[in-house]
Formats: sequence, structure tokens, C-alpha cells
Amino acid sequence: MSTIAETADLLPDVSAAEAEFARRKSRETWRRRLLPAAGILGALALWGAAVWIFKVPPFVAPSPVAVFATLTAKFGLLMENLLPTAIEAICGFLLGNVTAIVIATTFVHKKVLEEAFFPLVVIINTIPVVAKAPILVLLLGNGMEPKIAIAALICFFPTLVNMVRGLESVNPQAMELMRVLSASKTEVFLKLRLYNSLPYLFSALKISASTSVIGAIVGEWIGSTTGIGALIIQATYAFDSALLYATVIVGSCFSMLFFLTITLAERLVVRWQAPTGH
Amino acid sequence: MTAPSTATSALPVAGFPPAAVTAAGEPAVSCRNVTVRFVTDRRTVTALENVSFSVEKGGFLSLLGPSGCGKSTLLRVVADLVSPTHGQVNVLGMTPQDARLKRSLGFVFQDAALLPWRTALQNVELPLEVGGAKKLPSGAPTPRELMKLVGLEGWEGSFPHELSGGMRQRVSIARALLGGPRILLMDEPFGALDEITRDRLNEELRRIWQETGTTIMFVTHSVYEALFLGEQVLVLAANPGRVTELVDVDLPRDRTLKIRETAPFVSIAAELRELLGRGV
Ligand SMILES: Nc1ncnc2c1ncn2[C@@H]1O[C@H](COP(=O)(O)OP(=O)(O)OP(=O)(O)O)[C@@H](O)[C@H]1O
Ligand SMILES: [Mg+2]
Repeated sequence: MSTIAETADLLPDVSAAEAEFARRKSRETWRRRLLPAAGILGALALWGAAVWIFKVPPFVAPSPVAVFATLTAKFGLLMENLLPTAIEAICGFLLGNVTAIVIATTFVHKKVLEEAFFPLVVIINTIPVVAKAPILVLLLGNGMEPKIAIAALICFFPTLVNMVRGLESVNPQAMELMRVLSASKTEVFLKLRLYNSLPYLFSALKISASTSVIGAIVGEWIGSTTGIGALIIQATYAFDSALLYATVIVGSCFSMLFFLTITLAERLVVRWQAPTGH
Repeated sequence: MTAPSTATSALPVAGFPPAAVTAAGEPAVSCRNVTVRFVTDRRTVTALENVSFSVEKGGFLSLLGPSGCGKSTLLRVVADLVSPTHGQVNVLGMTPQDARLKRSLGFVFQDAALLPWRTALQNVELPLEVGGAKKLPSGAPTPRELMKLVGLEGWEGSFPHELSGGMRQRVSIARALLGGPRILLMDEPFGALDEITRDRLNEELRRIWQETGTTIMFVTHSVYEALFLGEQVLVLAANPGRVTELVDVDLPRDRTLKIRETAPFVSIAAELRELLGRGV
């Protein structure tokens, strides 16, 4: 009897605690959303105030209002220049990553090739992009090709390294299982290695998404008349700081969008929890 | 052809090759003078030296011994994951390789070795997707039936990370049983589990063994587990790995965990512990 009475007494307490927990949780969520927004707005206000108080001339740094005005007034021009950069970045991204995946697959199947060529890949990777860029422009001319090549080269290395690691770091017991099941090499690759590599691949793809944009922009700095990179150079030489900032913002927005797309794709593809995950 | 094994005759049955028939029934697995040496850069390890034993069909052999005495190596030799340096291994009258290619073996690993990107049911189905065995032999239980057999009905769609350690190990047992292997090799499958779960799975494994008639070789560190499960216990000693003794377990076939408190159990356990101590 007494136990029933006790449970009845306890029940409202439990639901009250649950409600309190839910309330705290939703407050937490809002905090996580609002605080970054407040941070960004605060920084913009600080920037505007600094430009206004110290009377910074417009050719040194624009006020946020001027940048916003340029963003809207020259939206057409900005988009016109974003298009080639976006094409170069995306093509470079695809080219670099597909090549890396194919080469990683060959390396895993033919160890000899890995031993022969991996050091060469490492050496090529140590050449900084800004040094590779002119070489590629000389080789490939002034069109989109050298920019795509630069973006591809930047994407290539992290993906190759991660992909090789992902394909090779399979659970040894899972490998033995495949042997007990008399699985062929192709089956081991398709059923085991490939899936195992996906989390590794996606972490490389997320890096590539931003770096491919950087690659395209750096390529455009060297002899190009269109693109975000070219516009950055033109705005700088014209002391049009508002246009420069607006261009940079457009470039990073694209880069962010690219990154988010890959993150979304990762969520759709990698539905399981990686074994070493938190 | 469906005659009970007690009516063994040395005469070859039509359609079957003449097999070596022993008094204890046909062996499912037999090893003769098996030695395994691993040669690494720095030294040579003798994991097994002159190991001979046999398990009859439908038997349950526990392998008991200290760490490093070659228990895992012995299972790997039977499963064709390691080749013996010398000695003969016979699995169902075949070489281990033929037995593996014929899908006569199921292997249960210590850490379940489930593929994290597959649901429980998809993990059980894996053996049907590789190695050229695209179809279940007629009469063999389906993946769903096996999930039920290991007590996981309703968990088919869960991913491994959503299952407890004990449940994962059951999935891996179901996977090993797919296709009706004649021999089940288990390498410390319950080693990482808590005692309560381990006890329950031990009981279930006995039941599965009785229901399926599969021959089981089971590696463990635990005297109680070895004794509760096995019809025979092979006691091994380390450095080099060798057989100390093959102990017949004279306990009733139907066992519950209570049997561990009975006098015969306690006395065989004491004997096993004695043998283990002698091997060190
Ligand atoms: N692939 C290998 N290469 C070199 N040495 C090995 C290899 N596999 C096993 N050994 C050695 O063989 C010996 C027996 O190993 P094994 O894994 O069979 O022992 P075990 O009885 O299963 O031990 P545990 O109970 O700790 O699992 C050990 O000394 C081990 O170092
Ligand atoms: Mg072992």
C-alpha cells in the first residue's frame, strides 16, 4: 500500500523534472543559435564604428554599409565573376578527387605501385600552390584549364592519403572473416574496403571543398580577366576596397556552400557510426 | 544413409568415399603432429608443437589454456587462416582449404567483427553475398530464422552501434551459422562480456549446439566456461604451445548453470585447474 502511495507522490515530481529538462534543453539550443549570430552582428558593428571613429579612408577599408551597398549594386558583376571560379573549383574538385580515388584503389591492389610512386606524390605535394600555379599556366595557357588543374592538384593529395588509409585500415578480424567466407579480392574491396574508406574519404572531401576554391582563385591571380581571383586583383589595384571586400565575401559564401553540400552528402551516405567515433 | 551414427560400419556407404572411422565415431576435425612456427625479423615463435587431437562429429570441444599457448592459432589452422609448418590437419575428410571453400566452417571472433555499415540482419546475410555462395542450401535456416534462434527477433534493422556487446556477439553467431556449417569455430567469443551476459549466452550456446548438431570448437580462458560448454576439454600449455591433456567431461547433456554447483562439476573443474597449473 505504502509503495503505491509513494509512487503516486513521485510521479508529478518525475514529470516536472522532465519538463524542466526539456526546457533547459530548448534554451540550450537557442543559445547555440543566437550567440553566434550576436557575435557576427557585434563584430560588424565594431568594424563600422572603427571605420567611422578613426575616419578610415574608403581606399584603405570600407564600412560594412558600403560593402553591403556594393554587394547589392554590383551583384550582377559579382555573380558573373563567381561563375567561372565556381566552374573551375567544382571541375578541379571532381578531377582531383576522382583521380585520387582511382590511384588509391590501384595502390591498394598493387603494392609495388604504391611503393614506387607514393614518394613522388609527396614531393609534388611539398611544392607550394603559388609556385605550382605559374608552371601550370605556362603549360596549359590562359584559359580555365590551368585553374582547374591547380584546384585539382590541391584536392588530390589529402584525398589520396586519406583514401589509401581508409581502404587499408580495415578491421583485421573482418579481413579474416572474408577469408573464412572465401571472398574474392573484388568482394573484399566492394563489401569491406570501400565502405571502410567512406568516413575517411568524406573528411578529405570536406577539406577539398574549401581548398578547391582557393586553388581556383590563386590560379586566377596569375593572368586572368574574369573570376573571383581576377576581380580581387582588379579591385585592389583600383583601390576599390568595398568591391574587394564584397568579392571576398562572395567567394567565401560559395566556399561555405560547397562545404555544406559535402557535409550534407556525408550525412546521407555515412549513416552508421564510425567505430572510433566519440 | 540416415542411419544413426551408433550403427557405424567400416564398409563404405554407396556414394560416400570410405572414411577413416574410429571407435568414437568419425572425426569432424583431426590434427596429427601439428607444429606452427612464426618467423619474424627478430625471432621464431613456436606457437604449437606436435599437437594431436580429434573432435568427433557433433562434438563440443573446449580449448583451455593460458594466454599465448596457441589456442587462437589452433583455430586458425583449422579454418585455413594459418598453414601449419608441419603436421596433418583433416577437416571433414578434407584439407582445411577445401573445407573452407565448401563453406563447412563458421568462425566467431572475439570482438564480433560486425560490419558497422550493415544492419544486424544484413550482417547475418553477408555470407550469401560473397565467396560464390549465392543461395542457401535447401532446408538451411534463413537469416531471419537465425536471428530468432539467437534471440534477436525484432532487432533485424538495428546497426551494430545500437546493440549491446552481448547482442553483437549473438549476431556474429547467427552469421557464422548461416548456410548450416558443419563446424563452428569460436575464439573467446564471450571474453569481453560481463559475467551475467556470458552465463546466459553459455546456456544459449549449449541449446543452439543441441538444436543444430554442429561440431563446435570453443576457445576460452575460463575453466568454468570450458567445462560447462564442452563435452571434452583440450588443456594446452604455453611455450611452446602443446597439449597437456584431453579431458572427457562426464556431465549430463542437458545442462543448466546450476550444474556448476554439483559435485562432479566441481571435481572436474579442480582437475582442470590442476592440469593448467602443471602446464605453466
Ligand atoms: N601472425 C603471427 N605472427 C607472429 N607470431 C604470432 C602470430 N600469431 C600468433 N603468434 C604467436 O604465437 C603464440 C600463440 O598465439 P595465439 O594467439 O595462438 O595464443 P592464444 O592462446 O590465442 O593467446 P590468447 O589467449 O592471449 O588469445 C604467441 O606467442 C604469439 O605471439
Ligand atoms: Mg587468442
